Amino acid sequence: MIRLNGRIKTVVLFGIAIIFLIVVTMVGAFFSEAAMVTDFSRKDLAPGARYLFGTDWLGRDMFIRTLTGLSMSIRIGILAAGVSSVLALLLGTLAATMGKAVDAAITWVIDLVMGIPHILLLILISYAFGKGFKGVVIGVALTHWTSLARVIRGEVLQLKEALYIQTAKKLGVSNAQIAWKHMFPHLYPQFLVGLILMFPHAILHEASITFLGFGLPPEQPAIGVILSESMKYLAMGRWWLALFPGLFLVLTVILFDVAGESLRKLLDPGSVHK
Amino acid sequence: MVLEAKEISFRYGKESRQILNDFSLQIESHERVGIVAPSGFGKTTFCKILAGYEMPDQGEVLLDGKPLDTYRGYCPVQMIWQHPEQVVNPRLRMREVLKEGDEIGEDIIEGLGIEEDWKKRFPAEISGGEMQRFCIARALGKRTKFLLADEISTMLDLITQSQLWSFLIEEVERREIGLLAVSHSMPLLERVCTRICYLEKS
Repeated sequence: MIRLNGRIKTVVLFGIAIIFLIVVTMVGAFFSEAAMVTDFSRKDLAPGARYLFGTDWLGRDMFIRTLTGLSMSIRIGILAAGVSSVLALLLGTLAATMGKAVDAAITWVIDLVMGIPHILLLILISYAFGKGFKGVVIGVALTHWTSLARVIRGEVLQLKEALYIQTAKKLGVSNAQIAWKHMFPHLYPQFLVGLILMFPHAILHEASITFLGFGLPPEQPAIGVILSESMKYLAMGRWWLALFPGLFLVLTVILFDVAGESLRKLLDPGSVHK
Repeated sequence: MVLEAKEISFRYGKESRQILNDFSLQIESHERVGIVAPSGFGKTTFCKILAGYEMPDQGEVLLDGKPLDTYRGYCPVQMIWQHPEQVVNPRLRMREVLKEGDEIGEDIIEGLGIEEDWKKRFPAEISGGEMQRFCIARALGKRTKFLLADEISTMLDLITQSQLWSFLIEEVERREIGLLAVSHSMPLLERVCTRICYLEKS
């Protein structure tokens, strides 16, 4: 067996995680119509060769429903985490560079958002924006930016005081050049890793508020909807309705986490020789 | 040109002790001035004030009679720091570090013994002595008129020290750059400098 070094192993892990997530997203989006098809001649089938994850009380194929739900979750996660991290980048940089008053105001908002339990704020925002896809995305985006904004604010504050940046100023390097050449290379690994590690949170929170009934509408084949509906049938012994979608949700979250962690390792300059 | 520190007083914050008190010094372009003082007497602080990194509480720094902060863009007073790893960005290759200087010529790079191979490495991949040569080269840009050398050779072996200093002396003499050298080593300053000045405890 060939011994792989740490870096190659990490690249492979990252690749597998990303490919799996892309495949799930594409396949799920492709089968979104099939996930709604009901057929009473095949209802309540236990998992088998023909229906891998079984079928539900309306005869819908749970395998396809799970994939479609995951695909929906991943798309919401990417959109919400993307908006959220751009918000974090903007507010973090503004707090660090625009003087004391702006810093105090932004830090106060960060503390405020962090002080309220995520799920409560999520439900409020999602409900205020009329639930559904829009409500969930805005809710997740508005609640998940705080910790990344803090990291970026701290990083920029530290960079501003760094001797090599002050020296660059004395050498006549312009502010734009300093931001691009000196600060950006320090910020983008933080930003990218923060963004990817935000996906699992976003996906889990989407699933939870949908489960609670404040998120996506019930006709949508989303993981949260599937899980909350299957609760009624668990007592009747139809374990497959909750088990497989739940397992796949956990798997997706773990894979995003793996992807984020391996990216962090790869971007760390200290790992060059590993 | 003349670099002039006029009655400078300085301390870090209100609570801390007075580091410099009414200290004055004048350096001309053809001079090499050495500063000697024990640890904690404010040698580095004085260099930082002269190069414009810190503003004095009282007094002023004049370059040819004009306050130093009126010079925009490239600062004609450049400082070489004691710890080179603090003044190079860990995420930039050494080639980029050199590029930041003001048109550093090949003769400077050769004179300091910088090898072509080092330029494509990151700061973490070269030694402190190698990094210090890059910092010296970067400070020797075309528009540099005064050079402040704050303990620049403490991390080097004696042979390299003498190489670097003889190159620096030749270079500042040829280009009429005024030099201020700070060191604990009296014998070194006696060899390098034309004048030596003692920093008193304030």
